[in-house]
Amino acid sequence: MTDKPILTVENLTIDIPTGTGTLHAVRGIGFDLKPGETLGIVGESGSGKSLTSLALMGLLGRSIKTRATTMEFDGVDLLSASARAMRKLRGARMAMIFQEPMTSLNPAYTIGDQLMEAMTLHGNASKADARKRAIDLLQKVGITSAESRMTQYPHQLSGGLRQRVMIAMALMCGPDLIIADEPTTALDVTIQAQILRLLVDLQKEFGMAMILITHDLGVVARVADKVAVMYAGELVETGPTQAIFDAPSHPYTRGLLRCIPLPGKTERGTELGTIPGIVPSLVGDVSGCAFRTRCAHATPACRDAIPVHTAPGVRHSFRCISPTGFAEADDTPQSVEASV
Amino acid sequence: MLKFILKRLGLALLVALTVSFISFTLLFLSGDPAASLAGESATDQDVAAIRELYGFDRPMLVQYSSWLMDALRGDFGESYYFKLPVASLLAERLQVTMLLGLCGISFALLTAVPLGVLAAIRPNSIIDRFALFLSVAGQALPSFWFGLILIVAFSIKLQWLPASGTATWKHFIMPTVVLGYYAMPAIMRLTRGGMLEVLSSDYIRTARAKGASEGRVMFKHALRNAIIPVVSLAAVQMGFMLGGSIVVESIFALHGAGYLAWESISRNDLPTVQALILVFSMFYIVFTFLADVLNAWLDPRMRTG
Amino acid sequence: MTMTNLDQTVDPLLQEIVGPTPGQRLRGRVFGHMGLLIGVGVLGVLLFIAIFAPLLAPHDPYAQALMSRMKPPVFLGGTWEHPLGTDHLGRDYLSRLIYGARVSLMIGVIAATISGVIGTAMGVAAGYFGGRVDTVVTFLINVRLAMPVVLVALAVVAVMGGSLQVVIVVLGLLLWDRFAVVMRASTLQVRRRDYVTAARAIGASTPRIIWSEIMPNIANNLIVVVTLEMAHAILLEAVLSFLGLGVQPPTPSWGLMVSEGKNMMLFEPWLVMIPGAVLFVLVLAINLMGDGLRDVTAPEDRS
Repeated sequence: MTDKPILTVENLTIDIPTGTGTLHAVRGIGFDLKPGETLGIVGESGSGKSLTSLALMGLLGRSIKTRATTMEFDGVDLLSASARAMRKLRGARMAMIFQEPMTSLNPAYTIGDQLMEAMTLHGNASKADARKRAIDLLQKVGITSAESRMTQYPHQLSGGLRQRVMIAMALMCGPDLIIADEPTTALDVTIQAQILRLLVDLQKEFGMAMILITHDLGVVARVADKVAVMYAGELVETGPTQAIFDAPSHPYTRGLLRCIPLPGKTERGTELGTIPGIVPSLVGDVSGCAFRTRCAHATPACRDAIPVHTAPGVRHSFRCISPTGFAEADDTPQSVEASV
Repeated sequence: MLKFILKRLGLALLVALTVSFISFTLLFLSGDPAASLAGESATDQDVAAIRELYGFDRPMLVQYSSWLMDALRGDFGESYYFKLPVASLLAERLQVTMLLGLCGISFALLTAVPLGVLAAIRPNSIIDRFALFLSVAGQALPSFWFGLILIVAFSIKLQWLPASGTATWKHFIMPTVVLGYYAMPAIMRLTRGGMLEVLSSDYIRTARAKGASEGRVMFKHALRNAIIPVVSLAAVQMGFMLGGSIVVESIFALHGAGYLAWESISRNDLPTVQALILVFSMFYIVFTFLADVLNAWLDPRMRTG
Repeated sequence: MTMTNLDQTVDPLLQEIVGPTPGQRLRGRVFGHMGLLIGVGVLGVLLFIAIFAPLLAPHDPYAQALMSRMKPPVFLGGTWEHPLGTDHLGRDYLSRLIYGARVSLMIGVIAATISGVIGTAMGVAAGYFGGRVDTVVTFLINVRLAMPVVLVALAVVAVMGGSLQVVIVVLGLLLWDRFAVVMRASTLQVRRRDYVTAARAIGASTPRIIWSEIMPNIANNLIVVVTLEMAHAILLEAVLSFLGLGVQPPTPSWGLMVSEGKNMMLFEPWLVMIPGAVLFVLVLAINLMGDGLRDVTAPEDRS
């Protein structure tokens, strides 16, 4: 593992024009990723995490405006790269696994065709090589009788199998970065753990960097090296996984952590929390802390610019008007009651 | 798949039988063929004699079944006007009509599908609006009038194309356009709608994420799925088109089956008219049957299901 | 503090809720739809002309004047005596066109009504009862689609004699297929909705459910099909008359006028152009209205 990041994102902003005004879907987020590292991006639906991943892949529609101070993958500026250059990266060096295995495979072609296409598209493999690699990978992702699966169509496979195929497809060219957008959400609970385990094992084996997008902090706790928590298009807290789970600083992160039982952290018998309120509209002018409408500690100052606090030593930072993120107030059980 | 084909074939046969019965009954009920055959100046005895000679005095069901039995053997009786077997008359005239139908549907597909795809790639663009305009206007354009306009413009004023006949390929240009444009709006709309739906699907995003070029995404991944319903529609339109050839052939004096139908109806040539209705229906039935089979074969979910 | 925060949260929501009413939205869409406005406008003018034809026509549409045959229209050097010229029998072209609007619109309205009643009854029955009824109706639709309309209509009209009434009835009896297809699909959709189940649960009779629960909810689709089939019937009548086997002379039918003008087309192309263009405009207006109605009512249906 080198220290040079393979992916650097600074100040990424995504604006979507809508009928009623511009939707500021992602506002000034940044992170970086070294080879072999796993970044977990956490947030509820609508927080902009999937948009961020599509922006990295260059898959956003042309009406959507993407800006950033830096968005670099291994020295290539992803924003200014030509369509052709992006195509060369996609699938070959950056691969993506989507949330919906049921609809993410083309119903008109066989599994084999679609797997091999991922490789032959990039021009450096013969059909025979691609076929061999596809069968290898199908076996690697735990699909039995891989040869016969090659000639099957997506509708003949279960959701779990399809997601394994999607993973194999992402690995066809041996990418340096893999982006997994809620890869287990659409699957049965029993399958979820298997797929996640598989993803992590393969990542280790191939030495890829991975961005795992999820709304499930439990998943992040198990696999990610570092975490980025997003709320309503902002990065509210980011840092090493250990640091964030030990000392969650932003009120939203603490709220999220109260919503899930964590092994060794949540005592038996305690009630799980909820975060009251709804996500604010991001259409039009958005300023101040987006979480203030749901935050138990909100003050008028939350409407102004919000400073970023960074813990010394570790690269753990969060955005809040309070340098402690009101951690002391949340520790008293009464305030938890009050916010519910 | 085989079960599907057999079931579909059974339905096709049943439809064909019903159509033949209905069209026979319609013409049976709607007039006295003996009277029209005998002519204006015939006496009652003449009419009665003709009625007996042709078997018009038998009950309708008997006449129908004997007609059907003969038809199944390829014997459609003798044309009152041409005094020739209807079957051989049809065989000769159908060539022109089939050729015209093929040209018409090819023209419609070759213009409507690309237009629909372009419109779907850039919704609300100028191309999309043009395609929409064309489809709305096309549906309202009376084919006989359109044909006459073309004749005025290209045969009379510009003198580029011959106005009637079948001698050269040039004779087929205007009939092809007039026959084909009628199917264009529906095909275009279906292609556009199908492409729009497919282009927003997850597997298109997957294809892009693989690094496929836009051209490959459009044609290999999107069109392949969007075209499936268009196949059915094209078959249905082809069936309608042969029915519509009567107008085109009469305008451009193409001596095909449509022209024959027009002549025969004007002359009360009942055996020919009945045979033509049956044959045109059979074309429709065969085309839609083939389209359903082709559809099932194109769609892996049906082929392997 | 929490209170003000709550208000902030609720504000954008309130705006969404206190938006325009469905009626206002519908009106907004209607007036925002160019095609619909043009279609309704043109159709309204033609309807007016058809109704008040005797007052508007400058001449008797049947009056022949063999001395003044094929006078050119004003824009081709004619006189205002005959603004659109005269035909091969010296009849005033404008007057014939005006009376022709009556023929076309009458055929469109009556034929679409006949086929609408037949097709809707079949479609609703198939969609509501399903099972055998549905199988039979679907089969009949298949049979009907397999019959070549122009050919069958021509043959029947030819045998029965080409009067206006015969043409209307034959077209009405032939064009029910689209009604049946669309009404069947619409009924299938509506049948599963909660309010139908609720009506059934409180013991409403089948005719009552169909009349007061199903029909109002498929009416918008029905109106769209009515317009499209009106256009279809008008076009078919013109085709039949053009082929000389529909409405018989001297009735002023636009299709017939094109047919009569065809022989003089080489020298007087306007004899063909004018009635054809009017026919095109009428059918286009009806189609624009139908498309517009579909666009305007569709979103309401989805929500």
